[in-house]
Amino acid sequence: MTDATIRPEERLAAVLARLILDPAAPPARHIAVGAASPIPAAACWLVKKAGHPVRLSLLHKRSGNPFTEGTRELFDLTGQGRIDLFFLGGGQIDGQANINLIGTGEWPGMGVRFPGSFGSAFMYMMTPRTILFREEHSTRVLVPRVEHVSAPGVSAPGVFRRGTAQALVTGKGVFRFDPARARFTLDSVHAGEDAASLRDATGFDYDAPEPVPLTPEPTPEELALLRGPVCDEMLETYPEFCARVFNRRQAA
Amino acid sequence: MKPEAVEALAARIPDGARVALPPDNSLPSLALAKALIRKGARGLRLIGVPVSGLATDMLIGAGCVVEVETSAVSLGEAGFAPRFSAALKEGRITVRDATCPAMHTMLQAAEKGVPFMPLRGLIGSDILRNRPDWKVIDNPFAGHDGDPIVLLPALQPDFALFHAVLADREGNVWVGRRRECATLAHASRHALVTVERLHPGNLLEDERLAPGTINATYITALAVAERGAHPVALLDEYGADNGHVAAYARAARTAEGFQAWLAEHVLAPEAVA
Repeated sequence: MTDATIRPEERLAAVLARLILDPAAPPARHIAVGAASPIPAAACWLVKKAGHPVRLSLLHKRSGNPFTEGTRELFDLTGQGRIDLFFLGGGQIDGQANINLIGTGEWPGMGVRFPGSFGSAFMYMMTPRTILFREEHSTRVLVPRVEHVSAPGVSAPGVFRRGTAQALVTGKGVFRFDPARARFTLDSVHAGEDAASLRDATGFDYDAPEPVPLTPEPTPEELALLRGPVCDEMLETYPEFCARVFNRRQAA
Repeated sequence: MKPEAVEALAARIPDGARVALPPDNSLPSLALAKALIRKGARGLRLIGVPVSGLATDMLIGAGCVVEVETSAVSLGEAGFAPRFSAALKEGRITVRDATCPAMHTMLQAAEKGVPFMPLRGLIGSDILRNRPDWKVIDNPFAGHDGDPIVLLPALQPDFALFHAVLADREGNVWVGRRRECATLAHASRHALVTVERLHPGNLLEDERLAPGTINATYITALAVAERGAHPVALLDEYGADNGHVAAYARAARTAEGFQAWLAEHVLAPEAVA
């Protein structure tokens, strides 16, 4: 059974996997994946199942959870600099790579309340690189300036931080972040999008090459890994995601 | 330690208490949360360790809560926490936003009996700006000026509530690798624990179980509540009842839907363990 249709989630997982393996970025020897992040988790498993030596710590893994000192262990590891890469999202993300997981309107989100900041105010600053990921690409998510800063994209001189956003990946494209200029550059657009459609859907200003490259589609090998061994690993933690994207259900 | 009824554990918690709850991946006692709703608890100040889940949303919806200190409130794959969001918007609860490692660090300070502990990160976040109780100093060990670092005050909850797999007759409680429940029990004035079942021997005498065990010195009272985490998963004992959580999330979108859900799943006589 080969399904030629590439699902958006599969494309995004492949995009994230390529960013993880980017030779220009600091090495990703140990990656942690947080709550409710099935696509980043799929990307990490794709990297691992493709044979790359990487240690994955999935916070929400019920059986075989990597942490034996409680949920603080992730943050202790990260505090020491032992986690190389983490993923963060945002209800709002702005052009300086600030993220808002609090909400809109008056503090603490009296307009629309988002779930809350989780570990972002620490992880973003203490991890050498972060991939920002949000499927929805719209002017309500990608804003000129976030209404509240859960975690800042750049810090004042003298404030300890190990890294910041490597890239921002959305359902429409990929941006790279330059911390020196606190500014994004469009890297590629996904199938079905173009330079103009990205500009229309993005609330913040950014640089873009001319012409804008198309995001490479997942290879047949990547798709086979995602639908097979990657899905196997994810069934327990993300049953609804696996059912929806891979049409696979956990045995009762 | 003689096990009590779940309702007796709930009766120990006075209105207005600061009550710490672990989230849905970390041994929440849904049984005890439901007993608090049945008792008509009021004025509770909840603490998410380090975030909050279904039990918090239910307690807020039932009007038991005036304040939540947490790093996030979420129902996982079932989405946003609907009663939390509604109560915040209607001004019925105060929310004190935090970030996960800060919650852990504040509890660790209480565990050690020190007044504060430092934590990296946070500077530049609006969370810090909205927490007058969190302070920034210059790192006194840096050897130079200009290394700001955040100090967090010790956080001692009045009660820690969680659901473990095993307890023995001495009152020792086995939580396995969910050591955040151990930190929480160490840091809190009282730990009230529901368990799936009683362990026939002494957990501390078993070399393999002892490292995952909380010493009875930290445990105030115990109750046996079979499937006391349901619909949340419990270690390798049982998985999450995702259909149940999704049905809750749908029902709780409205106050009326939530009340109907409560009547069926919490207040009905057959819902009482």
